[in-house]
Amino acid sequence: MSTNISYSRGILDGFRYLLGNHKDVFAIGQGLWSPWYVGASMKDLDKDFGKARVIDTPVSELGTTGIAIGASLNGYRPIVIHPRMDFMILATDQIVNQAAKWRHMLGGKSPAVTIRGIVNRGGEQGAQHSQALHSWYAHIPGLRVVMPATADDARDLLIAATLCDDPVLYIDDRWCYEQTADVAPAGPIDITVQRPKVRREGRDITLVAASYSTILALEAAELLAKKGISAEVIDLRVLNPLDHSVAAASVKKTGRLLAVDGGWATCGLAGEIIAGVAEALPPSAFRARPRRVTLPDAPAPTSKVLEKIYYPTAELVAATAQQIVTEEP
Amino acid sequence: MTDSRLGPLADPAQFNGPLDLTGFDAVALRKMLKTILTIRYAEEAVADLIESKEAVCPCHLGIGQEGVAAGVSSVLHNSDRAYGNHRSHSHYLAMGGGLFEMFAEILGRLPGASKGMGGSMHLYAPEVGFGGSVPIVGATIPIAVGAALAAKMDGKGAVGVAYFGDGACEEGVLHESLNMAAIYKLPVLFVCENNLYSSHLDIDLRQPTDSVARFAQAHRIPHRTVDGNDVAAVARAAGELVAAARSGEGPGFLEAVTFRWRGHVGPKEDIDVGVLRKPEILAAWKKRDPLARLRAGMVTAVQLTDVEYQQYDAEARATVADAVARARLAEYPPESALLDLVYTAGAKA
Repeated sequence: MSTNISYSRGILDGFRYLLGNHKDVFAIGQGLWSPWYVGASMKDLDKDFGKARVIDTPVSELGTTGIAIGASLNGYRPIVIHPRMDFMILATDQIVNQAAKWRHMLGGKSPAVTIRGIVNRGGEQGAQHSQALHSWYAHIPGLRVVMPATADDARDLLIAATLCDDPVLYIDDRWCYEQTADVAPAGPIDITVQRPKVRREGRDITLVAASYSTILALEAAELLAKKGISAEVIDLRVLNPLDHSVAAASVKKTGRLLAVDGGWATCGLAGEIIAGVAEALPPSAFRARPRRVTLPDAPAPTSKVLEKIYYPTAELVAATAQQIVTEEP
Repeated sequence: MTDSRLGPLADPAQFNGPLDLTGFDAVALRKMLKTILTIRYAEEAVADLIESKEAVCPCHLGIGQEGVAAGVSSVLHNSDRAYGNHRSHSHYLAMGGGLFEMFAEILGRLPGASKGMGGSMHLYAPEVGFGGSVPIVGATIPIAVGAALAAKMDGKGAVGVAYFGDGACEEGVLHESLNMAAIYKLPVLFVCENNLYSSHLDIDLRQPTDSVARFAQAHRIPHRTVDGNDVAAVARAAGELVAAARSGEGPGFLEAVTFRWRGHVGPKEDIDVGVLRKPEILAAWKKRDPLARLRAGMVTAVQLTDVEYQQYDAEARATVADAVARARLAEYPPESALLDLVYTAGAKA
């Protein structure tokens, strides 16, 4: 029996499943007793599961994350919530130096901690209220990074992240919250078998993206279809460890690649997608230069005229794809 | 109690006589003596391994500071969760971490405490209550608080312990951790080994006053400041604070004033970068030796004889030598460890 849910409802359902079925799961972070912080995605969890398992905290990102890691090393599966990813930077020592390396450097147990970072941008929020830092964190061995694009993945990747014995960074994007999908009842999910998914099949060009950029790519594919261009859209879902094989197989078929990312270009996910596919295929497999659509390499502006040109749009993705398809080999 | 200055506690010319061991039985004292002897000779052996270039990883020796770990561990159990820092040989050994495993770890061998993956700065023995040590200053403080949160959720009376130094008190994360431990009333003991030095700067060049217990007071956490080279004083204060934590009264903070005899890193006494420690101060602190003072106190308290002491001394030396010899012969990790240890496969159903 399937039901139709939104992306934010998917996150909420994921929490409800985890807290309801796993006594070792608890949630900790700023604003958990106040829906203002985390929207509808954690509504009433403190009332239904108790304030001892849904813990609101002082303004201490680093301490909170370290405490969750300490609890995860001692039998629990905490989910730390950072309602805005920009502030999660304050917790980076615990995420990068401690959680990601603990198992390797101590030859021991991995912290079974999940860290939820929310991308919350637009609306003239500016440089410190807008960042999508997935590329940074996906650079770190030992830290799994997942980024759902769909409502079913919003729920299921949260469950997979929390049940995983490794530290996982789960990044959701508020621009995805209105997405809907039909879902089956929730159940346990194994993160290690999650792979990129082909969200739309096509022949002429491969668009590779994650999270909200997947939605842009799907919208661009619609625009391209009207011009007679058939675009295949791949949703990466898991950024670390990154599986290039699905994208490479697609490009082998289409001969063309456009990476779409809501982060910056330099040392970012889009470049990593292109590198992974380029290394997997012979030069003869490419009918055109791979390209990328990303944010410009600038902090997020506030003024609406600058914000308008800052974020990639479906139109920009479609126009870039069209250039690639029409480019002379 | 207010501790604006350490006063006599920071003066090495004081507190250098035999320890007052009132209230301790012979069994407990002999155990603490053996622990201190083992740590002392183990760290001297580490120094030798560095000198001979067999040990290459950074090794931070705490020779002269053994009384703190020996006293604190005397009130802990295997079910407790102690976390250390860059200078944690004593914390690990006092909890019961294996000597052979420590030397094997320092030499990068597979049977090491951390499978040969971490070296001196990454010791690990969760089976005896030592949850791990890392060199990022202050990093294990919130982790120990999280271990205490887990212990509170378990409801079995275990405590978390965070070992850190006076330098870590200058990291913001200590203050976040103290605050959260206080508001959630978590069973955690914060142990600051105040050795009056960061890697290279005297505390007077880094803080407006030399006692760090004021940070506990700011967060309404019960605190004690003691002579860290008096294992009995450490054990008494840790015992009170840990008992309160176990019974649900929340965190405690122990400031143990001590001094390291060697440089920040490596075997030499005065290689500190930047501001050198004065040789006469080090010489004075060596007279405030936690080992010699415990021995002298035990002569009166439990009639420890020279013969008996020499027997413990010889046993500790022999045990350390045997562990070093065996560690030298241990195998290295397989090349597959490089990638195999990055992730744990699978999910919990």
